[in-house]
Amino acid sequence: MKVHRRVEHVMGMPISLALRGRHQDDARAQDAWSAVMEDLRWVDRVFSTYREDSFVRRLDRGEVTLAQCPGEVADVLELGRVAEIASGGAFSIWRPGLDPSGVVKGWAVERAAEHLRRLPDTDFCLSAGGDMVCRALTGPAWQVGVENPFDPKRLIARVPVSDGAVATSGTAHRGSHLVDARDGRVPEGVASVTVIGPSLTWADIDATSAYALGERAAAWLSTRVGRMALVVWADGNITRVQGPSRAIGATRLAG
Amino acid sequence: MKRIVFALMTTLTVVVLLFGYNTSTMGAMTGGDTVIASGGDTATSPESQTVTGPAVNTEWGPVQVQVSVTGSEITDVQVLQYPNNNPKDQQINGYALPILVDETIQAQSSDIAIVSGATVTSNGYISSLQAALDEAGL
Repeated sequence: MKVHRRVEHVMGMPISLALRGRHQDDARAQDAWSAVMEDLRWVDRVFSTYREDSFVRRLDRGEVTLAQCPGEVADVLELGRVAEIASGGAFSIWRPGLDPSGVVKGWAVERAAEHLRRLPDTDFCLSAGGDMVCRALTGPAWQVGVENPFDPKRLIARVPVSDGAVATSGTAHRGSHLVDARDGRVPEGVASVTVIGPSLTWADIDATSAYALGERAAAWLSTRVGRMALVVWADGNITRVQGPSRAIGATRLAG
Repeated sequence: MKRIVFALMTTLTVVVLLFGYNTSTMGAMTGGDTVIASGGDTATSPESQTVTGPAVNTEWGPVQVQVSVTGSEITDVQVLQYPNNNPKDQQINGYALPILVDETIQAQSSDIAIVSGATVTSNGYISSLQAALDEAGL
């Protein structure tokens, strides 16, 4: 099955789109792609911690109130609050100073993917720097390769995804920038965490949280409803985790 | 007696296979043969007997089971060895996932559509597997 691909860069990372099916390479595909990129650029302008004029930076400096920010800022702060509780504090968007990057990426891509969901009879996979939303309705499941954290030139696993999200946290490309928010330490014992779930917002948050939890990554992930995960430990061991199904855990905090 | 032993071994094999299946979608598939080959070394009384299978190496480490039989009925299955020498591996027990772990997968193979990895920056993208896939247009 022919797949049509596009790549652009925003927020300092590559956005890759794979399309196949009825609208893989026509005007509607182009319009949807433009809308995705426009969305992500808007998110960058509002949330970037690298832009001094972003709402998030101005909010952090006290120059605007939350009420003066676009409503999405409050949505993201609420996600951050829930994520911090769910991770026992290992994940935090306050460290110190407001840095919602750990929430924004997955949330923004999931939101932008809505433009692609409106393409009838078309399958898509939208990836932002290695985190993705995939839908395969017309063809076979997308085969998602999971990068080997010890050698980013190689894969360590693959996952078939028909309708869901995949997010990976680790230090392969950026050095040790992820820390446990409780003590600011670089987590030990974990090389990478990949989370598969229905929502990229939460797959991304959970991958980051689990990574920050270090040795407790797999144990914590096994409590997360509706998620599957792959933990690659620093010693090369691999653990696959299946969280509780939605049916028995529907009352959990974050879903 | 032979029939009981055979049934016992079959069951033991199934137990090992189930265990292997539960812990991994690809590991432990050689376990069954090993267990069958070790059969026959059982007590002579048909009333109650215990058979210990060999330690079978799975992807996650050795697994060994012991089955107790009374008459022709299995009364107990003990797992003597779990692959849990490393406490971090305990989470795997009881789960089967469609995540295929295989370090020989080639990103450029036609069925890998996209690559998930720790955040790739625009700078890092050029040399990433995802870039190779995008470039190849597969």
